[in-house]
Amino acid sequence: MAAAVPPADLVADSFATARPASLWRDTLRNVLRQRNARVGLVILGFLVFFAIFADVLSSYDPTTVLFSAGEKRLTPPCIHVLGCPSTQVEHLFGIDQNGRDEFSRVIHGSRVSLYIGFVTVGFSIIIGTLIGLVAGYAGGWVDTILMRIMDVLLTFPTLLLAISIVAVLGYGLVNAQLAIGIVAIPVYSRIMRASVLTVRSSDFVIASRALGASAAALIFRRILPNALTPIIVAGTLDIGGAVLNVAALSFLGIGAQPPLAEWGSMIGTNGISFIFNAPYLIAAPGIALSLTVFGFNLLGDGVRDALDPRLNR
Amino acid sequence: MAQYIIRRLLITIPVLFGILTLVFVIAHILPGDPCHILLGERANAQVCGDFNHRFGFDRPVFDQYVTYLGNFAHGDLGSSFRTSRSVTSLLLERLPMTVELSIYALIFATTVGILLGVISAVRRNSKVDVATMAFANLGVSIPVFVLGLLLAFVFAILLKNTPISLPPSGRLSPGISIIPLATRWGLTNDHGFIRGVVDFLSNMYTVNALLSAQWSIFFDGLRHMILPAIALGTIPLAIIARITRSSLLDVLGLDYIRTARAKGLAEPAVVRRHGMPNAMLPVVTIVGLQVGGLLSGAVLTETVFNLAGVGKAVFEAIEGHDFAIIEGFTLVVAIGFLLINLLVDISYAYLDPRIRPS
Repeated sequence: MAAAVPPADLVADSFATARPASLWRDTLRNVLRQRNARVGLVILGFLVFFAIFADVLSSYDPTTVLFSAGEKRLTPPCIHVLGCPSTQVEHLFGIDQNGRDEFSRVIHGSRVSLYIGFVTVGFSIIIGTLIGLVAGYAGGWVDTILMRIMDVLLTFPTLLLAISIVAVLGYGLVNAQLAIGIVAIPVYSRIMRASVLTVRSSDFVIASRALGASAAALIFRRILPNALTPIIVAGTLDIGGAVLNVAALSFLGIGAQPPLAEWGSMIGTNGISFIFNAPYLIAAPGIALSLTVFGFNLLGDGVRDALDPRLNR
Repeated sequence: MAQYIIRRLLITIPVLFGILTLVFVIAHILPGDPCHILLGERANAQVCGDFNHRFGFDRPVFDQYVTYLGNFAHGDLGSSFRTSRSVTSLLLERLPMTVELSIYALIFATTVGILLGVISAVRRNSKVDVATMAFANLGVSIPVFVLGLLLAFVFAILLKNTPISLPPSGRLSPGISIIPLATRWGLTNDHGFIRGVVDFLSNMYTVNALLSAQWSIFFDGLRHMILPAIALGTIPLAIIARITRSSLLDVLGLDYIRTARAKGLAEPAVVRRHGMPNAMLPVVTIVGLQVGGLLSGAVLTETVFNLAGVGKAVFEAIEGHDFAIIEGFTLVVAIGFLLINLLVDISYAYLDPRIRPS
């Protein structure tokens, strides 16, 4: 009996129109379907725009003191279209206590915040993933010891453990990032370990092993790519928190050090003493910082909802 | 039940040991020289030799570890590098203020958070729900110190001389002072455990005023707590609201709820009597987990509102590079956090009978 064969042109046509399935394109489409993620992406789009064009958008260098140009410290904002006399030099967010243009500092702060967010979380992901991979793949006492250390790290409140670590390592932005990064490691190591345990017993991994794949090949070619989704979700959700925590350390004076234009340290040095006579110096970096964290949190929520349909409601 | 509690207590011991070890590792093994950090340019071989000898840093690491554990068992958290004052006594003096602030923040976060979560879940996808969840998202994004300064600006400066103006700093208005309970109750000669408890309560000004029925001082103290408590409690509030909403939505979709509705029970009664008790378990967990966040957030809140609690002591220690105090506080908070989560776990057994026999 002859099997029903579709006409050759129909087969060719269906192959021509069907685009090859791509995990990344599907993911992107799912992410963009989430309202939270779209709002988050718009906010972060502005942030990236400000970061890239910071030098063009700001009229002054963020660290240049303008006393020699005749500016006085704590000058309130001057915006010509809002009625500020044109004889006065325009400073959208005023002049800070050290005679620097606040607008230029806030704009340049977007670069620092983006850098902080991605580098800090990147560090946690790399170290956490490696620990999780080793623990999950090795099992036994290696797993027990590594995971108990992670459990203990999780017992500490984030900011406090970070303060302790920075207090010992010395104050500065890199050490602050390192501290916040260390504190976040257990989250990734636990996620990765759980994923490894699930993927390790899958048929395709067992098949690879039977074909003689080495441990490294199994881990990096088979297990890691299949365990990345939850790591990406957790990482996206964590960027906002990392920016927030590093800003908190900078606010306390142990993160970014002046004259670097970092929003947390700009509030720290101005905030407490200038809230009564120069609130604009807190409002500008404060709003920028909150919006950035808001944007990352919304994007994180969207990515989680897109990649984990069980949570989608 | 007793077996469950005993097993839970036994699990706590290795974690406690781990916390002690980790703090020791941070303080003694991580690269970083306390002498150079503390003394800066004044540090030289002679001065640092004396410094390390005084604080025992020149001894073998294992010896230091054993001494550290022994001291901890005796309640000794070391002494300040700068003032040589005992860290334990400093923390005990400052802790009541932080505990008082954390309690008010937790009350604010829990009541408002659960209320908003329930409203959101019951009116799912309504404007109220969308607004509440947007507020919750924004709430977790505003840094404690930004919110604190913003609240201080609005309520102390913009609304100055109005009935709803609130003080931006301090614990009591100028000119108002509070008599310690020990003096009031004639316990000045007592130095035992009871005196310690009385002093602790006494340093929580609103509790002191309440116990001694000084209503004007009580309300003054309470007014000073409102802004810091809101600043500190907003992030936990937002998290609690989100968890309450999602947990209640899960429960309200179950069959037994449909049965309750089918037998003609009014919706508020369905939610209150059948939905809430089962939706509360994740909320209790989250409330327990927020306590650690509250205590570390206190460092920021107390700095903004100039409140002399342990958070402020840590800030002062940061400024003075005095990390003995920072380590002591970290240890106390981590252990406090561990014990609170132990209580939360034990409370599960009451909330969820399924846990008891396992």
